[in-house]
Amino acid sequence: MTPEVAETVEVSLWRGREDGRYQTFTVPLRQSQTVLDIVTWVQRHADPTLSYRFACRVGVCGSCAMTVNGKPRWTCRTHVSKVVDDGKLEIGPLANLPVIKDLTADMAPFFEKWQKAEGRFVPSQTRADNLAVVSPESAERRTADAAIECINCGVCYAACDTVRWNDSYMGPAALNRAWTLVNDVRDAGNRSRLSAVASDGGCHNCHSHQSCEQLCPANLNPTASIAGLKRRTMQAYIKGELG
Amino acid sequence: MTGPHNAAYRRDALWIFAQIHRVSGVLLAIFLPVHFLALGLAIEGEARLQGFIAWTQNPFVKLAETALLFTLAVHLLGGLRVLVIENLPWRPQQKQMALGAAAIAAVVAVAFLLSV
Amino acid sequence: MNVRLYFLQRATAMLMVPLIIVHVVVIFYATRRGLSAAEILSRTRGSLGWATYYSLFVIAATVHAGIGVRTVSIEWGGLRPRSADAVMWGMGFALLVLGLRAVTAVVLA
Repeated sequence: MTPEVAETVEVSLWRGREDGRYQTFTVPLRQSQTVLDIVTWVQRHADPTLSYRFACRVGVCGSCAMTVNGKPRWTCRTHVSKVVDDGKLEIGPLANLPVIKDLTADMAPFFEKWQKAEGRFVPSQTRADNLAVVSPESAERRTADAAIECINCGVCYAACDTVRWNDSYMGPAALNRAWTLVNDVRDAGNRSRLSAVASDGGCHNCHSHQSCEQLCPANLNPTASIAGLKRRTMQAYIKGELG
Repeated sequence: MTGPHNAAYRRDALWIFAQIHRVSGVLLAIFLPVHFLALGLAIEGEARLQGFIAWTQNPFVKLAETALLFTLAVHLLGGLRVLVIENLPWRPQQKQMALGAAAIAAVVAVAFLLSV
Repeated sequence: MNVRLYFLQRATAMLMVPLIIVHVVVIFYATRRGLSAAEILSRTRGSLGWATYYSLFVIAATVHAGIGVRTVSIEWGGLRPRSADAVMWGMGFALLVLGLRAVTAVVLA
């Protein structure tokens, strides 16, 4: 009788802050195991001081994104079998953000830029008004719907070289959200929002590398949303509507 | 490895083509003043310009000119691709567009090399 | 990069599409006939059409290259936007002067 050989994977996890290093662990493989399961195994069985962030474990909350073998991904929805390369996994914090510790990136700049792009709803009515009627078939709503399912996970931001090369660039997620609001007929903030996304860190920095579109776990296309913003701001610019 | 950030996502046809667009643009910007200075030799007379053109007839310069023509064509086609992405409805065949642009630029350059 | 620079960058890009196509056709035509100073100057000397075409080309290329080099110097050169503006204006001035000088040379030669 041959003894059952336990299959394992060599996992390198980032430890420390920006000036840290990768530390390697040998982790047993299981069926249908996710990258998040691997990280959790290390914390429970090998090193309880490992820091990482997660909440829902089912691809709803957007908090567990990390860099897995060089690509930003939701670790909870990424099967190890799909990304393991030559029996190895390298897991780091999301790129283009400061490292707090280990696998935990500081999301503050990401959300600050979200506000810079005015990615927040500005109501045009009050609670005293009737509910707005928005036809799901209208062109504006269809355009907004195509980009609406973003859960702010930061994968596109970490995959964007324009963000990497230019600190002031707002990035795909914030601009994608701005685009959904530009197409929201209930929103009253467009004049100011279009000026914001047409300013120095805005949509015109995008070079359409399309890494955001290739890697978005929700299958959104921020490149197309940003192209929409480029057209809309150009129209506003020509009409002299930008402040 | 100096930091935690391995960028394997860059091994992608679209990312690589975007960098070709950028590098070709920089090369053209470097070449332009040289091109202008060469033609400016005509200020000193036809003979001065002809002297320069005669020098360019050697095979190494011909090869460099072929590379330059490829650079111009690939930058033009890469730019057209950006204009299509930005101004027309989204097309799913992005990689085919990028490869097609590179292929046409290569054909133009090879045609030039064969014709000189 | 902001909407104004973007507008200039893309407008000059669109303008140069037909200009470059004509340029490439002329390159093939001229080299097949055997490139020489006499061949070039016989076409351009005293020609208002070529003078207009090349002047427009020089101006468009100057604006386009200036803005492009500004962006690259920020993203790859790590320059602050202010320094990149200086690079853009310096580059633009040099290209415009050298370019228009070259046009003058081949038209008035």
